[in-house]
Amino acid sequence: MTPAILIFFVLAALAVFGAVSLILQRHPIHSALSLIVVMVALAGLYLLLGSEFVAAVQIIVYGGAIMVLFIFVIMLLNDGEEERTHFSKLATFGGIPLAVAIAGFIAAAIAHSSGDLPAATANGSLTSTKTLSMLIFTDFVYPFELTSFLILVAILGAIVLAQREN
Amino acid sequence: MVPTNYYIILSAILFGLGIVAFVFKRNIITIFMAIELMLNAVNLAFVAFSRALGKPDGEVFVLFVIVVAAAEAAVGLGIIILTARNRRSLNVERVNLLKL
Repeated sequence: MTPAILIFFVLAALAVFGAVSLILQRHPIHSALSLIVVMVALAGLYLLLGSEFVAAVQIIVYGGAIMVLFIFVIMLLNDGEEERTHFSKLATFGGIPLAVAIAGFIAAAIAHSSGDLPAATANGSLTSTKTLSMLIFTDFVYPFELTSFLILVAILGAIVLAQREN
Repeated sequence: MVPTNYYIILSAILFGLGIVAFVFKRNIITIFMAIELMLNAVNLAFVAFSRALGKPDGEVFVLFVIVVAAAEAAVGLGIIILTARNRRSLNVERVNLLKL
């Protein structure tokens, strides 16, 4: 077993543990902290894959900005523990089979195609930030400009939604 | 070297757990966090395929997904604050104004 596989399994176990903990915790703040564990583990996996810029963005934007926003809102609304309610019939009879079916479908697809893809870090090099930025500002320049517009609209929407009506 | 299949299987597991959390949680903020978990699972598949095929396009797409997730979090949390102010509860079963 090579060190890369060992690191992969440690990070994967951490990510799955965080996701299961998100489901089992009853207090939203504990769920938020579990989600941060998942995101940090995924950033480690991106580093293992060799995409350093995506790993940094994952930590800074997801682990930093978005989750801090979540925790601010949880504390602002001062919400307590989740009420224990009877599960709806739709969730029990539709949700679990749906989740199992999707996981099984993906697993079957992977089993059929196993061996077609090369190993994830076959070339063994990092994706340089220069390569990514060249792509963003040449091939993907229109989507890039559209995301700036999207963020502007989102800021305006958030302000309009959250302000008090007088 | 880690096979690409391992990453895709981990991505599928995380996506499934996100679906389970989305269906079973009652708190609207936790449901929102389940959506973020599913987006993260998709990002992992994007990066794994991008590295396996040796093309950085997938990583650019991950950056776009992160931008859209940030915009979604801003608007969604605004809606959640509004809902909590109007209904005095974050339980989704209490938000039943449009229910027959």
